[in-house]
Amino acid sequence: MAHLITRRAALAAGGAALAAGSASAQIQTQPATPPNLPIERGATLRMLRPVRFVQPDEDVWRANCERFAQQHGIQVRVDFVGWEDITQQTAVTANTGAGPDIIIGFDAGPHLFADKIHDMTDVADYLGTKYGGWRPLAQAYGRRQNRWIALPFGASGGPAIWRTSALREAGFDSVPDDHAGFLRLCQALKRINKPAGFALGNAVGDGNAFANWLVWSFGGSLTDEQGNVSINSPQTINALNYLRELYPTFVQGTLAWGDISNNRAYSAQECFLTQNGVSLYFSLKNDPATAAIAEDTQMTPMPKGTLNAVPNAGLTLNAMVFRHSRFPNAAKALLMYLMEVEQYDPWLRANIGYWSQPLNAYAASAVWSSDPKISVFRDTMNNPFWNGYKGPITEGSVAATADYVMVQMCASVASGQATPQAAAAEAERRAQRYFRRR
Amino acid sequence: MSTAAASTAWTKVRQQPSALARLFDNKAFLIVVCLLPAVGLLMTFLTYPLGLGVWLAFTDQTIGRPGVWIGIENFEFLFEDPIFWSAVFYSVFYTAVATVGKFALGLWLALLLNQHLPMKSLLRAIILLPWIVPTVLSAIAFWWIYDPQFSIISWALMEMGLRETPVDFINSPWSARWSLIAANIWRGIPFVAISLLAGLQTISPSLYEAALLDGASPWQRFRHITFPMLMPILAIVMTFSIIFTFTDFQLVYSITRGGPVNSTHLMATLAFQRGIPGGQLGEGAAIAVAMIPFLVFATLFSYFALARRKWQQGESND
Repeated sequence: MAHLITRRAALAAGGAALAAGSASAQIQTQPATPPNLPIERGATLRMLRPVRFVQPDEDVWRANCERFAQQHGIQVRVDFVGWEDITQQTAVTANTGAGPDIIIGFDAGPHLFADKIHDMTDVADYLGTKYGGWRPLAQAYGRRQNRWIALPFGASGGPAIWRTSALREAGFDSVPDDHAGFLRLCQALKRINKPAGFALGNAVGDGNAFANWLVWSFGGSLTDEQGNVSINSPQTINALNYLRELYPTFVQGTLAWGDISNNRAYSAQECFLTQNGVSLYFSLKNDPATAAIAEDTQMTPMPKGTLNAVPNAGLTLNAMVFRHSRFPNAAKALLMYLMEVEQYDPWLRANIGYWSQPLNAYAASAVWSSDPKISVFRDTMNNPFWNGYKGPITEGSVAATADYVMVQMCASVASGQATPQAAAAEAERRAQRYFRRR
Repeated sequence: MSTAAASTAWTKVRQQPSALARLFDNKAFLIVVCLLPAVGLLMTFLTYPLGLGVWLAFTDQTIGRPGVWIGIENFEFLFEDPIFWSAVFYSVFYTAVATVGKFALGLWLALLLNQHLPMKSLLRAIILLPWIVPTVLSAIAFWWIYDPQFSIISWALMEMGLRETPVDFINSPWSARWSLIAANIWRGIPFVAISLLAGLQTISPSLYEAALLDGASPWQRFRHITFPMLMPILAIVMTFSIIFTFTDFQLVYSITRGGPVNSTHLMATLAFQRGIPGGQLGEGAAIAVAMIPFLVFATLFSYFALARRKWQQGESND
């Protein structure tokens, strides 16, 4: 999907950015000294990025990169690749020491290749000082042992998405913030034949989001602060016992649900409360056939349960610069440039809420007042949870997430195949394999 | 004297061939040179990946970093891993049931197609469709057919008033296992049917005529002519079919991804799941290596049990 940025596209986006200048005025900055990154002469940069949600995402991104290229007389090429291919392409790039200079991966991706990528502490410190500090999720995924190895660019959260009319019919104004209330809501929805549904199948995004919410909201965690496996805990057992009551209220088939299933069921009015990213709302809103459903839809954080924070870890764009790059300064300078307000705010607005900022100052961006329904995504990166919570991010936490350890623990209890105790013990056994010391 | 002179003329020293010509006259050298491209290709594209796979199975390599030799630790872990054993069980079960299904239906179809039917060629071409369609496409079709909410079968049954709720195709372990087997049989029938049809057409009609004169019933003709004559091709087709089925990946991965709760993982899908998304290349390779004994056994079984009959070597079958 390589495209060369056309002059026209660059001009158009430049114009958009000019117009944006005033729109970005409300974003407060603090004085900070940028790191000295003398750009190598004749540098050529290649960047790999996950494909866009919406077309303006790609347009503004390319235009920003092109402006940087023109300002410094270098070449920047951006390739957009499918989401499922990013991890494998990153692995190949890291292991062969050839390929793109910059890859924007997901979540903990950079932690797998920590010894093959450049330190980003100087850039991150500068940006943090200038834009009011990094948000907790950005710190979790960007830092490794007190230094920055990656620059998070944004995250896409997974709140509860529900039909106002169905909740009202069931006697609720909104989604309760406690477990008992949430269970009552789901039972009431089931009674009026407008059930809730949460993915319990092998769905990387939705399945992990729900399983994590369930366990975290009861105070459970995959690992403790030191990184020891702690999943087999009373909190987890409580969560799984709760699931045994909750699961019968779901629409049929959630054990076989993939990432797309709840979108389809919700759009087809088979399911009236689920957990999803903002994409579902926009796909409803942009299709005249389902616009009425979008009108009737609300999004609020998943219940906090026993915690004070929302138990959700947003899918995070995380940029890394490889050591094999011949132009590391140019690469770091480009990433820094993209995070500056003149570039970042137009990009944030172009994404209409799909991505939420990692730096506090951008919470004032105009994007969050464009549609009141998407304001729930504004603080996605304020949640202090990450995949593998609450231990340090390691290849173990990445593998445990990718291998659905938590999801399958929940699914085996929901389906009645295992007792909560047996399921937690099995999850512990599997996690210990991934977290074994080498 | 004159003869001696003539003989000297005739015994003129033969010109020694050049070193290159002698080299190419050397039979051993020629064999090596002619085989080299083939051996090179095989080594590069077959032996090396296979060897690398086997080597990985004895290391703890992950996607992020190179591994070190850990002996049989991966296999020790797998030996105690219930998910691995469930994948072994389902791989064997899936292969056995799907193979029986494919051969029963495929043979039946072949026998039907061997009759004189109108538009025979067109029919035969249509029969091949499930096999020609890329597996991923047919898998996506079945994914929709089995969808918990939007299955066309559920919809039809509910519209006809035969059911109140959607059919549970892939939402519980055993229904998911059977659903996948059905999809595999659907896809595998054409291969078996067309191969067996080719075998059927090599059987001499005079055998059937002789049997008719002897008053053999249709069943006797099938049992004593068709079936024995088909045996050699049956053995080959079955070997291929078992290998294809045992190593199936796309159907299962596209429809259930091994779910619900790992109940439909085949060894191939589990190897991929652990190796690539899970990042544990060593463990994934170990699962893949664990498939080799099963495949060797299946191949040997097909050959020795089905193909090594004396009549194939031209002797009487006593």
